[in-house]
Amino acid sequence: MDFLNQIHELLSSQWPWWMGGISIGLTLFLLLYFGKEFGLSANLRTMCAADGAGDYSDFFNFDWQSQGWNLMVALGAMFGGYMAATYFSPGHHAHISQETVVALNEISADVPGSSLTYGNIPIVPAPTAENADLPKFWNLYSWDSLFTLRGLIIIVGGGFLIGFGSRYAGGCTSGHAISGIADLQLPSLIAVVSFFIGGLIMTYFFLPYILQIHI
Amino acid sequence: MKFFKYIMVGFLFGFGAYKMEMISFFRIYEMFLFQSFHMYGIIISGIIIGIIITQLFKRGFVKTNHGDVKKFNPKAHTWPRYIIGGIIFGMGWALTGVCSGMMFVLMGSGYTVFAIFIASAMLGTFVYGLTRQYLPH
Repeated sequence: MDFLNQIHELLSSQWPWWMGGISIGLTLFLLLYFGKEFGLSANLRTMCAADGAGDYSDFFNFDWQSQGWNLMVALGAMFGGYMAATYFSPGHHAHISQETVVALNEISADVPGSSLTYGNIPIVPAPTAENADLPKFWNLYSWDSLFTLRGLIIIVGGGFLIGFGSRYAGGCTSGHAISGIADLQLPSLIAVVSFFIGGLIMTYFFLPYILQIHI
Repeated sequence: MKFFKYIMVGFLFGFGAYKMEMISFFRIYEMFLFQSFHMYGIIISGIIIGIIITQLFKRGFVKTNHGDVKKFNPKAHTWPRYIIGGIIFGMGWALTGVCSGMMFVLMGSGYTVFAIFIASAMLGTFVYGLTRQYLPH
């Protein structure tokens, strides 16, 4: 029992970045070993096809049932997120740097009482039982937020860009940044550089202003 | 039962993704401001280990569980789709702080509003399917 407690404590502590190599490497290894690929955005195409999108475009006319394994990976990822969030994340903090906290507080400077404190940043911008004192400014991932213009842009707009962009580019962060670059594919490197160009454009030119919308 | 192993793989990935704060809007924002090595460390270490693993499979040192040498599909060398599609994807990634794998992890972590995000992502993919013949690839 003591041993199990120690494991629980270890898993509940903050994970260093190099665990990424182990976790992503293990995921990639197992999927290749099973004769599959690592790429989660392909599920969006499968889900469209399963809903009958093949009637509208040949892009969705494929044997989507052969992709059921990938939907199971997504289902497992949901369950993994649930377990990690529910049992292994005391405090639910994102351990971001002090400079980033300053930058976030600059965005919310015009709204009194919205500043975040270094060392007490919730893992995602949403109120939870542990972060009940989260300033309203940072309530983005919730149903309340969805019914504001700001939340609509972030949740519906962001989802649309991810779904459209990942299929247009032929892959996402798992398909290109990991699988594609690990296979030394030049198109994947171009795609990942483009992900960053798009991300930087959004972060510097749009995101601060979108966050400041308060309707 | 044949699906169980895939659920387990997804579980490992999703658990790690949450614990390494890859699902965090704040971490993604920090990454795009270049204010921490954390996300870069995750991606770079994932790529380095990924290259080793991919080469082991490609050269046949490790075979699949069916005993075959794993085949990899080379990607077409046409550039507009990677650049334009990549920029659109990147803008969505920075806007919500979520990529297509993380939306499933967040949904499972209890942020149920991500059902709408996933539905919207499906709509985006659907619109791509409708318009792809008019788009430069």
